[in-house]
Amino acid sequence: MSLFWLRISLGCYGIGLLYALFALTRTSEWFNRVALHAAYLGMVFQLVSLVEAIYFSGHMTVALVHNSESLLAFFIMSVFMATFLIYKTTSPGIIVFPLVFLLTFMAATREQPFVLMSPGMRTGWLVAHIGLIFLGYAALILSFCASVLYLVQQRSLKSKRPNGMLSRLPALEEIDQIGYRALLIGFPFMTLGLIAGSVVAESFFGKVDFYDPKILLSLLMWAVYLVMVYTRWIAGWRGRKAAMLASVAFAIAVCAWLANYWSKTHGFVTS
Amino acid sequence: MRFQLIGVNHKSAPVEVRERLAIPESQLPEACRQLAEHPEVEEGMIISTCNRVEVIASTKNGSAADLRGFLHRYFQLAPEELEKHLYEYRENDAVRHVFRVASSLDSMVVGEPQILGQVKEAYATARAVGSVRNQLDQLVTRAFAVAKRVRTETAVGSSSVSIASVAVELAKKIFGNLNGKSVYLVGAGKMSELAARHLLAHGCTAIFVANRTFDRAVHLADKFQGQAVRFENLYETCDRADIVITSTGAPHAIFRREHGEQFLSRRKNRPMFFIDIAVPRDVDPAMNKLDGIFVYDIDDLQQAVASHVADRRKEAERAEAIVTLEVERFQTRLQSLDVVPTIVSLQDHLETIRQAEIDRVRGRLGTLTPDQEMAVEALTRGIVNKIMHTPISTLKSAAREPEATTIVELVRRMFNLHERRAAKHGGSGEHN
Repeated sequence: MSLFWLRISLGCYGIGLLYALFALTRTSEWFNRVALHAAYLGMVFQLVSLVEAIYFSGHMTVALVHNSESLLAFFIMSVFMATFLIYKTTSPGIIVFPLVFLLTFMAATREQPFVLMSPGMRTGWLVAHIGLIFLGYAALILSFCASVLYLVQQRSLKSKRPNGMLSRLPALEEIDQIGYRALLIGFPFMTLGLIAGSVVAESFFGKVDFYDPKILLSLLMWAVYLVMVYTRWIAGWRGRKAAMLASVAFAIAVCAWLANYWSKTHGFVTS
Repeated sequence: MRFQLIGVNHKSAPVEVRERLAIPESQLPEACRQLAEHPEVEEGMIISTCNRVEVIASTKNGSAADLRGFLHRYFQLAPEELEKHLYEYRENDAVRHVFRVASSLDSMVVGEPQILGQVKEAYATARAVGSVRNQLDQLVTRAFAVAKRVRTETAVGSSSVSIASVAVELAKKIFGNLNGKSVYLVGAGKMSELAARHLLAHGCTAIFVANRTFDRAVHLADKFQGQAVRFENLYETCDRADIVITSTGAPHAIFRREHGEQFLSRRKNRPMFFIDIAVPRDVDPAMNKLDGIFVYDIDDLQQAVASHVADRRKEAERAEAIVTLEVERFQTRLQSLDVVPTIVSLQDHLETIRQAEIDRVRGRLGTLTPDQEMAVEALTRGIVNKIMHTPISTLKSAAREPEATTIVELVRRMFNLHERRAAKHGGSGEHN
């Protein structure tokens, strides 16, 4: 049943995906509303699916690991909705919708779920690790969206034709604020999540294996984010430079995610 | 004849004429009262703004009212003084005009939002004195609905036209909320003053003024309750402003790329908006290449205005189409409303005749069993209904034809319904 709900949720996000593609060429108040409602529905079904998965597996950690993509998608949507409620803009949806669709798609069509290597881990820390890291991911992805939108809006303003197709983007400073706030919220989550992860590793392996690709990439990503927060805080980096850093960090984040397939520490992939 | 409208607007009359016709708010109720008492006027309403005076009336039973006479009498003007400035519309044209006025399609700045509020006030005033009741009420409330439709379905009201408001719009695109943003005026000029005033009206707070002649800067700063800055301190202070409006007569650029870089590093890269109204330009175009600095010169602004005007013209065409559609719809509605009372009174009339005839022959029929009673009832009713079927369906379908009023009048006259309707109208006329 959990998978069934997830697939309905995927359908809802599909509408969001269509909207994102549509929004690249033109704007429609009506479609915007439809997509937003579909996204709400999608979130509800996804939550149902997650709760059911946890309930039936009887083991929170296992369920969360099995549904990691779905959980991450849910967190990203939550952050997106929070942005919408505060700033009344759906513009980050252009990136968020496709991403969430992709994650949910991966979760909904996967044949064999991840298998957790050892159930004997310290589950409290593990749940904290997953939850924090994913919240961090979600906030940082939003921050990445914002920096891309910032570039787009800056370009449109500089091209002296601000009445074009993207005229519905929020004001430059608002986009900037969204990105900065998401960064400031996401960074501590990421940091705490990594700390929780190292506690798990310590207790299970007795040490943190720094040569593991997953851990290496995660630390690298964390360092790039640290640089981002720092340059923004001290020098107010915006626009091109900030977007460049955000893209690098995002790329590393994707690699770190994919590294699950090669990592020994995260070796809960079926082989 | 139902609706009639006479008026002057910014296109038909110069301001000298309009100001003589303007009716102050305090006198509007009395004017409406007088209009309603004018011969042949059933209901009346007056819209008086600085750009227009419109006298709208619905007339009694197909007659035409002498609205010109009303204007002449009310303002005590000689007819020839007004004549060449007046326009007059009747029926559908009057309906269309009211719709267009309410939708701001007839405004000096098409799409400006104030006019709808002004029409609403005029309507409220006329309603309060009772000069708008039935037909005009329908017309005006429909006009509000049309205005709303135009606003939501077209972009007529959404983009602004003047350079100053384009500047404000751009500033909003960059800063979002302008509250607390500061403006720097470099050099003085009418246009830069206007832009500054617009920006202040939209929430900008602090204002700095720099001018080669310090006295002028002080003078201008006083006007805006801002702060005058000596020109030689320009570069040290400029980074304090979010929006810089320049309009000096300098022969070469005052702001160059290196200044922009300085400003940005001192502002921690917070964006800056340069509005360059000067010709030759005060801001080096290379500055626009810097991340976080946005430079719009006079040509860019004018281009934005032009694209707005073009957009607006396109949108106005769509709005006109909506108005045309709505005029037709309104007409159909009015006409169908019009045949219903005729049908009702026709049925009443025949029912009275039927009842009277049954009563007349009852004595000769003697006592009837309930069955027989019902048979007589069914027989007479059947005859009446069969006869009336075609006329009534003709009336109903006629409602959608332009000659509806004629057919309705004919039916009323044939069945002698005319007097009853006239009596009713006369009664309500006296009532007021």
